[in-house]
Amino acid sequence: MVYCIGHNIISPLGEGSQANVQAVRAGRSGLKLHADRFADVEPFCASLFDTPQEFVPLCVRSVEDALEMAIGRLPLAIGSLPETIFILSTTKGDNLDLLTPAQTIAQHFGNPNPPIVVSNACTSGVCAQITAKRLLDAGMYRHAIVIGCDLQTRFIVSGFQSFKALSPEPCRPFSPDRQGLNLGEAAAAIIYSSQKPEVRDQPSWILEAGSIHNDANHLSAPSRTGEGAYRCLTDVMAGVTPADIDLIGVHGTGTLYNDDMETIAIERAGLQDVKKSILKPFFGHTMGAAGIVETIIGLEMLGKGSFIKMLSGFGGVNAAIRLTCK
Amino acid sequence: MQVIHDIEITTTSVLLDGKTIAVEQTGDKLLVELYRRYAGDYPKFFKMDTLSRLGFIAAELLLKQSAISDQQLVDAVILANRSASIKNDTDYLATITEGNYYPSPALFVYTLPNIVTGEIAIRHHIQGETSFYILNSPEQLKPIVASTLTAKHSTALVGWCECSKQDNFYAKMQLIWRN
Repeated sequence: MVYCIGHNIISPLGEGSQANVQAVRAGRSGLKLHADRFADVEPFCASLFDTPQEFVPLCVRSVEDALEMAIGRLPLAIGSLPETIFILSTTKGDNLDLLTPAQTIAQHFGNPNPPIVVSNACTSGVCAQITAKRLLDAGMYRHAIVIGCDLQTRFIVSGFQSFKALSPEPCRPFSPDRQGLNLGEAAAAIIYSSQKPEVRDQPSWILEAGSIHNDANHLSAPSRTGEGAYRCLTDVMAGVTPADIDLIGVHGTGTLYNDDMETIAIERAGLQDVKKSILKPFFGHTMGAAGIVETIIGLEMLGKGSFIKMLSGFGGVNAAIRLTCK
Repeated sequence: MQVIHDIEITTTSVLLDGKTIAVEQTGDKLLVELYRRYAGDYPKFFKMDTLSRLGFIAAELLLKQSAISDQQLVDAVILANRSASIKNDTDYLATITEGNYYPSPALFVYTLPNIVTGEIAIRHHIQGETSFYILNSPEQLKPIVASTLTAKHSTALVGWCECSKQDNFYAKMQLIWRN
């Protein structure tokens, strides 16, 4: 069994998982128009930190806070243990360097293992949690500290603008008049352990299943039939029925193709009547952080029950995980 | 885990299942030579960045060695490297220099390392898992692959696929089978 024993989100909406959940509940959005952030870049709507952040210190702060929560549930400080692995989910890392920041973060906590970076486009945050589950299930490690972080740069914004993928206004996922996505910044950490938490206060979320599938269709547009996403959903639904699922955290970027594809995949998997959570209008698309941020918000919103988080990304890749808390 | 076929491609040599394939070109031109000789029917190759060309050619040669039934069984592509998509990132950066700002969407699409796994999946109709990891060494990929290949994933294309700058690349990939 793989238990979630701690988590944290730092975003423009607040510092800490609870602060971010409260912001979402209050309907606050981090999305704003930015006209002068990057030279040459046309004005764009995004959720950015007021003060530009540094990648490594931001991730370290997020992990420290998540560890604080974990220490209350496990008897040891786990960051420095040889049975703990650091896994970083990011698409552009610290100014295009992905491995060095992961190494610096692991070293900061005195961890002896070379860290793993998962770079599977927009699905990275869900894929990193799947990697954690596999390594823990295989008994290779006992604890996994999974971090998701991306900060917006001139590089990323100019690229998405060249794709004409950005909405000039706050995004409207699944609306017929949606115009595209908004980018966002965040760091988030989630700690998994195969050691049953010594909990008196509350039950723990268990990462039950994870699946990754490629559409094998197109690099930058999802399959019209939602093939990869559909296969991920049926994989994580093995042994349960749609009536058992309380919430699906969809990707919901607000682009024409993504939202249509997700609707098709969800209907094909018989999950059309399950409640959906759509978080891009609050956080924007936080890229490598999205899978972690949106998982944590989903778990905290539900309190207990059964939750599916799904994502899709460039390269035709799709991923989904299912967590339960009884 | 059993290795069915393996390939090593450097900028000057190709070693397939331990046998040297004689080549005339070196560097980026070597990949084009291999494409013309062993594929030739996939013009999209010329749109790809070097990292994708490298992974594409390695997959092409590995799967050409196999019976068609083996190809249909490939249900995971798990690759890794040290420097992500830095070569193509650098090329994209050149299109957004200040005072000469013309961001290229054709280059931007390749500014993610997992795109090479997507190119291989599209070419060979692989709808299983595609994953890309950034690691310090190829050794680090082994436990990740071992924990990925469950009974469900029986055959996979795995390995190291690295391109840090122009005319500088290295691939060591295998077609493996979990028996």
